[in-house]
Amino acid sequence: MKYGYYPGCSLERNANSYHKSAMAVSKPLGVEFAEIDDWNCCGATEYIALDMMASFALVARNLAKAAELPGNGHQLVCPCSLCYLNMSKTEVYLERSPEFATKINTALAAGGMHYEPGNLRVRHLLDVFVNDVGYDAIAEKVTHPLKGLRIAPYYGCMIVRPAYQQPFDDEEYPTTLDKLMKALGGEVVDFPLKASCCGGHMTQISESVAFDLIHRIIKNAADYQADVIVTLCPMCQLNLDAYQDAMNKYMKTNYHIPILYFTQLMGLAFGMASTEMGIGKEFIDARQALAKIGVEVPVEDAGKKKKTTKEELPMPRMPEEG
Amino acid sequence: MTATAAHARAPTFFEEVVAATPGGPIHLELCLQCGTCGGSCPSGPDMEHTPRAIFGMISADMRKQVLSSNTPWYCVSCYYCTVRCPQEIHITDIMYTLKRMALKGGYYRQSTASDAPSFSRMFIDFVEGYGRSFELGVATRYHLSAHPLEVMKMAPFGMGMLRRGRLDLTPRSIREMDKLKAILAKAKEIGGDE
Repeated sequence: MKYGYYPGCSLERNANSYHKSAMAVSKPLGVEFAEIDDWNCCGATEYIALDMMASFALVARNLAKAAELPGNGHQLVCPCSLCYLNMSKTEVYLERSPEFATKINTALAAGGMHYEPGNLRVRHLLDVFVNDVGYDAIAEKVTHPLKGLRIAPYYGCMIVRPAYQQPFDDEEYPTTLDKLMKALGGEVVDFPLKASCCGGHMTQISESVAFDLIHRIIKNAADYQADVIVTLCPMCQLNLDAYQDAMNKYMKTNYHIPILYFTQLMGLAFGMASTEMGIGKEFIDARQALAKIGVEVPVEDAGKKKKTTKEELPMPRMPEEG
Repeated sequence: MTATAAHARAPTFFEEVVAATPGGPIHLELCLQCGTCGGSCPSGPDMEHTPRAIFGMISADMRKQVLSSNTPWYCVSCYYCTVRCPQEIHITDIMYTLKRMALKGGYYRQSTASDAPSFSRMFIDFVEGYGRSFELGVATRYHLSAHPLEVMKMAPFGMGMLRRGRLDLTPRSIREMDKLKAILAKAKEIGGDE
């Protein structure tokens, strides 16, 4: 199975463990990715608040680049929920309005590019794993089941809402990630706030709003005695992990729930090393939770900068200038 | 001739909002004032007006009050309202439109969320300059300008990110930056938002 791949800015650095673990688990599952050449930022939720036409032109450049990929540009995989939303939204809006597409193409022409909408299907990484690979094929690769690990599957917003292209899960009560975690042998807890919002960029704009939203989610997972929250979006991971201590101070609570990417747990269940999964870069230490499934995280990796070599980091490298 | 008459007058605020929102039809005229949007909104309690109230105010041509409200800036883009609206109004997209109109008219300065646009602007400055986002640069510039006295509060967070190898010290540029700049400049010219 071959797909186009758009990592997005977060996966280059902040969420590099997501990229690293996604690439590692894709191999045994027979999933291959061709990264879009010289891709640019999707604009997040910021550009459309400033300049509508430029925000769509920014995304359209990526879509045009995806269409250039030989043979596999018609299925484009985004691991970040926000990139996934922006790419599918642009594809759908351009297809819906030929007049709008003409305007965007006039802008693209200034950079010598053109995009014909209607042939691209934007997919989230989770969708590809559960629907194209399938739960059974994934379960077959499990050598170290996540037995006894209580997992709260957290979807956040943009992977399920508003599903501009083909929806692959329920927009209010999704279950695909639950089933995937069960296929890995994990114990999935009930998690009513699984598709509730992490606050997005509100940590930067209003602490009271952001910490309230983060608190709701963390508290809900703690109420159901989750050992770990598993996520599929770099923004959700950052908010729930890096701001968990600040939220605790603000709300006068004392939660310590590690936030891991679903691909990291897939890798552990496949018997891959925790360091290979980028585990140890979390703010909230995951060692205690992972000890429940017999996974040891080397102490020097937990919370400390690791010495890196080129071999260890299959990072998308920027092509050299000129 | 009704059509001529309609064109002869200046567009209403309602018509402007509809015209500025992509992906239409956005169904704003179908609003029933049921309040499902506000009831679904995770930051609703912090908004000066619920989305339902905002839509009533748009219909009543209350341009200044709508564009000075903190409501669009407190929208977290979770799309609960959009998927739950019985009339399928593109609510999240309308919130983005209101942000742009508030910026253009300078109304946002009167809102209690007046920091929000500068965060968006600084985030996008790096995207327009390098093609990709640069978290350290945005955080530093934004906090220095918006909360200079609280910058030290951010230091442990920044150090934590750096120590874990989760933050770049310098921005990364895409190869075809000149072409991207030309595309964005042309788009701005066509759109006329800035």
